[in-house]
Amino acid sequence: MNSKSSLFGAFIAGLLFAIGLGISGMTQPSKVSGFLDVFGNWDPSLMFVMVGAIGIHFLAYRVKQRQARPLWDVAFQMPAKTQIDRPLVLGAAVFGIGWAMGGYCPGPALVSVMTGRWEALLFVASMIAGMFCYQLVHQRDELESTSESPGIL
Amino acid sequence: MAIVNFTPVAATIGGLLIGISASLVLLGHGRIAGISGIVGQILHREQADRHYRLAFLSGLFAGGLLLAWSYPQVFGVNSSRSSLWIVASGLIVGYGSRLGNGCTSGHGVCGISRMSIRSIVATMTFMFTAMVATFFLRHVVGQV
Repeated sequence: MNSKSSLFGAFIAGLLFAIGLGISGMTQPSKVSGFLDVFGNWDPSLMFVMVGAIGIHFLAYRVKQRQARPLWDVAFQMPAKTQIDRPLVLGAAVFGIGWAMGGYCPGPALVSVMTGRWEALLFVASMIAGMFCYQLVHQRDELESTSESPGIL
Repeated sequence: MAIVNFTPVAATIGGLLIGISASLVLLGHGRIAGISGIVGQILHREQADRHYRLAFLSGLFAGGLLLAWSYPQVFGVNSSRSSLWIVASGLIVGYGSRLGNGCTSGHGVCGISRMSIRSIVATMTFMFTAMVATFFLRHVVGQV
């Protein structure tokens, strides 16, 4: 849980994640826009990011299903919700628009902060503010439906 | 429609690293490696196991620093967007990712790998709106 190897493992995971994002092109807003510009000059590269990632993670999930518990914790904490509901679709729809507008999604934005670029810093600050806004508006709902929140690291 | 700037090898290698990272989180910590969730939960401030998230984020930032030092070209060039535009984008991404309970990593990578119908729907939805928004911005409004 709080063991040194567990925390080190989390650190390494973050490190690999960041390097993966960088190599993949996700930290380049212009490449994201190119990927999303399906009707124009299309850059399909980022599709391969998801293919590569899912390719590995799908196998990891199969392994996970045969485990009683993860390496560094007592139990798996997966999202419990299974129904498609309005917040999911609305949230995803809105997220997509913001992603297209800014060219950043959360991971690449955080990684880009380390360059000191004002764009990345401003985006992340705004993103955190947006998350806070959600929390303020939906605080009551979130406390009631805790089924999904423990699943996120 | 023309295909430009195609970099499938780099994209796949990057994707594999992301997949390995998410797999480490899953098999090591038993959780979904969803970045919006990690950040969102830290803002919650009540979770007992926030040390994981802080450790993960530290690694993420360390990786960013490494890239900034050795391969700054992966961050591209500055766009011509106004501050107001960037703020609006960030607010929307922040709000939307929490409302939808995930983003490209949580839903797109982890959720689809689990064959979660919620994540498949979420991913298709944000891909669709992102592509429509891009079409509108690039080809209707004429934004570069």
